[in-house]
Amino acid sequence: MDATVTTGTEESVWGGGNQPLGASYGKMMMWFFIMSDALTFSGFLVAYGFSRFKFIELWPIADEVFTHVPFFHGNFPMYYVAFMTFILIMSSVTMVLAVDAGHKMKQNKVIIYMFLTIIGGLIFVGSQAWEWATFIRGDHGAVETKAGKILQFVDAESGARLSLAEFAKTLPEERVKHEKSEGIWFEGEGYKTSFSLNEVVEGFKANPNIVIRTEQLNEEGHKTVLDRAQSLTQISHAVQVVEGANLVHNEYGHRLFADFFFFITGFHGFHVFSGVIINIVIFFNVILGTYERRGHYEMVEKVGLYWHFVDLVWVFVFTFFYLV
Amino acid sequence: MAHDHKLEIFRGLLKFKSNTQKIWGVLIFLSIVTSVEVFLGISKPRALTHSHLLGMKLLNWIFIILTLVKAYYIAWDFMHLRDEKTSLRRVIVWTPVFLICYLIFILLFEADYIYTVYKDGFVTWNF
Repeated sequence: MDATVTTGTEESVWGGGNQPLGASYGKMMMWFFIMSDALTFSGFLVAYGFSRFKFIELWPIADEVFTHVPFFHGNFPMYYVAFMTFILIMSSVTMVLAVDAGHKMKQNKVIIYMFLTIIGGLIFVGSQAWEWATFIRGDHGAVETKAGKILQFVDAESGARLSLAEFAKTLPEERVKHEKSEGIWFEGEGYKTSFSLNEVVEGFKANPNIVIRTEQLNEEGHKTVLDRAQSLTQISHAVQVVEGANLVHNEYGHRLFADFFFFITGFHGFHVFSGVIINIVIFFNVILGTYERRGHYEMVEKVGLYWHFVDLVWVFVFTFFYLV
Repeated sequence: MAHDHKLEIFRGLLKFKSNTQKIWGVLIFLSIVTSVEVFLGISKPRALTHSHLLGMKLLNWIFIILTLVKAYYIAWDFMHLRDEKTSLRRVIVWTPVFLICYLIFILLFEADYIYTVYKDGFVTWNF
């Protein structure tokens, strides 16, 4: 419009091409995606907090659940998770270095750093798979009562945990895995335990120096250990043997713990996995020189944002699942 | 990226010469924080597990604060929010922070209420 008086400053503000947030479209959308994903993860973690506060006196102690390190026997709480955290932070660092090299248009450096990032991501996903497998396989075994409470076995003198194999009797009985094809179609067993309930109960009764540890946390923050008489009453309520953890039964304690573990670390692991895939795509684009021709490495920066976000989420998962 | 990097962390206490150096500096800082967390998690000092603040163990508060510190440095230096415009930073940070605080408040209070119902109700849950 010719009649409108325009001064120079107004032109630069309203004339288009203005970026109030100073970020390109792609980067902005990556940030918005990250925000929505952050809210999803917070939803999960807060739901975990909800269930935990609801059963605050029954919740398993993470230090007693995740005690294994590959290739080593013994009790090493947290070391492996700490290692995983370090790996993820390290791969975050190589990612920033790749972004930094991208700004300087150093193709070869970007290639090296992207490669290291992918390796870090793979180590992390592998570690998580191992962690899952260990968790699913279980450690000592336990029995579950009618009320769905878990009873674990400890040595009366030393207070050390006892595995089912250490005291269960071998009875001359045949235990058949219950298949869905046998009897009622919706009842089936996912796995057959190494001992039947009878064998565990008989073994327990035969050994007077075994007592039961319940889910209940005491004043000291330890699980309550019953005396022998109470233990004998409790074991009479047992309805099944539980080995390892799945979505329905969990030998470590409250079943919701296992559910949230699978759900949250699974969702995070899926993010890491897709992050690795996206990183690989970008890695090949860098090798092919796509961004060199485009004149900038903003794409590396964008996947970088995603990758750091995955690291950021892990920091929270680590705290709320393993530390607190 | 056309604009320069801001090279100081800890409110200017530590100033790095280049962006690469800053990245390594932040890595060292994050590793130290993580080791402190792991150390506290394994040793569980009695003084911290037996004193409470707002209904939670002091140790857990320390973990949560250290986590937020780590999150800050990951977002500010790795995701280079430090180099972004203030407006973008505020949009990205304060929106989720507000929503998440609300969610935490409402769900944890509700959970605590249900806990008291289970505890003081006339129904036994362990039969």
